[in-house]
Amino acid sequence: MSVVTEHAPPIIQSPAPGPAADEGLARRLRALACTAPLHDLDVRKANLAGEYSTYAMAEVALSAIDVVTLQMDFDTGADHEDVVARLLPRIAAQAPGRPGAEHERVARWVLENLVNVGSVDRGFRAVYGTFGPDGAYVRRDYDFKLIEEVPGPGGSVYLRTTDEAVNVLVGALDTDVTSAQIAAEVKLEVLISRGRLADAQLAAEQARYRTVQYAETLRRTLEATRRDVRAVDWLRTVPDMISEALEHVADRYRHENAILTNIRRARDEAASERGPDHKRRAAELVDIVKDCIRRHTQLQSRLLAAGPLFRAEQDRQAFAPPAARAGLDLYGQLLAPLLPLPLEQAGRVTDAFFARGAGLRTPGAVRVGDLIDLLLTPPAPREHLGAEMPEPDLIATPDDSRFSEEQLERAMELLDLPADAPRRLSGLLAEARRQDPELPYLVSLLAVHAASPPVGTAYRQGEQRLLFAVDDGEELDDPEFGGADLIVGTALLDAEGMASDRSEVA
Amino acid sequence: MSDHRDEAARDDGPAGDAVAGYAAGATTPTEDFGASALSSEGDRAEHTGRAGHTGDAGRTAVTPADTADAARLVSFGLHPKLLPARDAEYAELLRRYRDEPAFARLADAVATGLGLVVLEVSTRAGMALAADEESVFAVRMGDYSRRATADSADRFLHGLAHLAVAAMAFPRPEDLADDGYIGRITVNGVDGFVRQACRRLEERAEEAGENADPVTGAPGLEAAWRVYARRSATGATKDARRLAGSTTGIIGKAVAFLVDSGFLQRTGDDAGGTYRTTPRYQLQVRDMAGSAAMSELLELGVVSVSDGTASLLPPGEGEAEIAGDAALPFHS
Repeated sequence: MSVVTEHAPPIIQSPAPGPAADEGLARRLRALACTAPLHDLDVRKANLAGEYSTYAMAEVALSAIDVVTLQMDFDTGADHEDVVARLLPRIAAQAPGRPGAEHERVARWVLENLVNVGSVDRGFRAVYGTFGPDGAYVRRDYDFKLIEEVPGPGGSVYLRTTDEAVNVLVGALDTDVTSAQIAAEVKLEVLISRGRLADAQLAAEQARYRTVQYAETLRRTLEATRRDVRAVDWLRTVPDMISEALEHVADRYRHENAILTNIRRARDEAASERGPDHKRRAAELVDIVKDCIRRHTQLQSRLLAAGPLFRAEQDRQAFAPPAARAGLDLYGQLLAPLLPLPLEQAGRVTDAFFARGAGLRTPGAVRVGDLIDLLLTPPAPREHLGAEMPEPDLIATPDDSRFSEEQLERAMELLDLPADAPRRLSGLLAEARRQDPELPYLVSLLAVHAASPPVGTAYRQGEQRLLFAVDDGEELDDPEFGGADLIVGTALLDAEGMASDRSEVA
Repeated sequence: MSDHRDEAARDDGPAGDAVAGYAAGATTPTEDFGASALSSEGDRAEHTGRAGHTGDAGRTAVTPADTADAARLVSFGLHPKLLPARDAEYAELLRRYRDEPAFARLADAVATGLGLVVLEVSTRAGMALAADEESVFAVRMGDYSRRATADSADRFLHGLAHLAVAAMAFPRPEDLADDGYIGRITVNGVDGFVRQACRRLEERAEEAGENADPVTGAPGLEAAWRVYARRSATGATKDARRLAGSTTGIIGKAVAFLVDSGFLQRTGDDAGGTYRTTPRYQLQVRDMAGSAAMSELLELGVVSVSDGTASLLPPGEGEAEIAGDAALPFHS
């Protein structure tokens, strides 16, 4: 691997051949290459005309990248002169004895080298090797920029840090290597980017547990504060913890958003390449990370409320008059021992409790004049009946019955047959038709119902008679109706006999 | 008024100096507690040295206006449902009580003269007052429930209801001691846990194998828990209200009374009515009722030692289930 600049030969040795087919290794090599220009500065400062060895060039360079990154917004970048001016205090601090002109020269030199002004494309190139699909070792070029110049409004030129610089030099180097959470996060990112979503999900869940643990620790501290301010060190420990936690939240929030973007891409790409299972897993991961973000937002709002809570609790606890700490167990020391006592004795205790525990009442003080008025005032009508009900606005529903009551009556009359004289349906229909052209329909309906008479119900209700209809195979000859010419008759029921039978059985 | 007045003079410049120099009767555009000398001095003192104290004010003569203010504060305290946060004048008088020892002593004296005990004066509880036994403000059992005067069992049950409400509201000793604790009760929950205690006593009596039935004609000797266990928990009424004589009716009366005393706040209708406690109730139970009942119990020779842990425990296996929304045994 080597970095080619206009100024110096490559300083990084080519990697030894090895099982580096993994794309992760290539990615890390590329990331490593991004740091090379910074190391290169410290190597090449000896070549500058003059004594510049006291300046820590890599430090200035990183600081320059920070300054540019912080000043960037979406439209423009950082102004060149502005960046130089902001770098000067740090450079001056490195070599206070030197003239200001030299400081400025260092600033410009570092900035120019970060832009790599001398090269044709104003960028850097690193060479690294990978194993190709056929197992052959292949060297590749990696072109990158750290600070690029972009046209600003009005023809001016602004500086912007590139994604590489932000990712590696601002983001990746800014890592607490001992942090378990960050390690988990990095692991997660790696797993996701390599498409190993099952592992990634596990890691994401672990990350979430850790997030919950953070919130839990804070909650416990605040809870303890609420109980007793003195139980918690609010002079140093807690403020430190809160500021750390706030930084942590900001950090995690950034990371998790990055991860989220990553997974979403993985999810969308996964759909086409790897099948629905992969997609589902990626979708789950998105949910988990979203949950992490939600938790962090929550944590942050709690953290911001911690200070006011402490002050309020301090006011409440430290400045409140010390209350008589009774420590009385109302149930165990009063109620439970009282219940087995004889009523006469128990009553004395409850009387004492009531007399002191019911609170106070202000007695009414009445003047005679008021009293007379009061007594002569007619009593207000009592409202025990409640509010007056509004008159219901009833809408008469149209009578949409097919048959009128009168028709039903006539049909029942017709069907009120003597028990020993059943009749054919055809005859009944003919008779009904003579009375009313609609009546045969009702009669036929009732007759069909009677074909399966509810005998059991009739018995239970103590009915004396029951209409029945039997089909003896005769065809019905009627202009309006078809089917069997039922025999309709009335059966007499022996309700009393049935009732006595039933009681005997029971 | 020596050093403090100097401080006022320094801080306020010439105007303050004028006030300090000709203190008596000087009308100054201070806050508005009347134009009395002490008021203006007191307010002046607060402006200048709030963190410091105003012991010198005690040496000034008390004016009728101050007494009126102190009595006004006490009268605010007699409206137990009034919250300082909702009344600017109340809050201002409380602040004055806190900052001016002389005013505080005056207010205390007014309260004592009326037969009241000052439990606490704070922004959370306001001026928390309790009535002396002989005071006109005291509540007598006969006024509370007419039946209770005639029937000793009813009298006991009404008292027990109040005690049980308190026990449910502050189940652990530390809950009673913790100023920030807010207890929650339901009417049915209170009835449930007292019945549970009664049931345990009944089981114990059965285990002992003795005939625990009360002796006829000696109602005063009957065990107290039997009176409660025997009383029906509830009953149907014509107007769908709670049966007054049932245990839930008695407890319902107790909590309604406590709500009027500013001790409970109604929060819902579940389980016969849910309530939460106010700071005043805690003060009243802790500083007044609990100790009074305790000493009465000690006089009867019943000594129970608490190890500080809660003795109100959830029901054991096979007993009624605990309602889910309560921190402690809640039988719905």
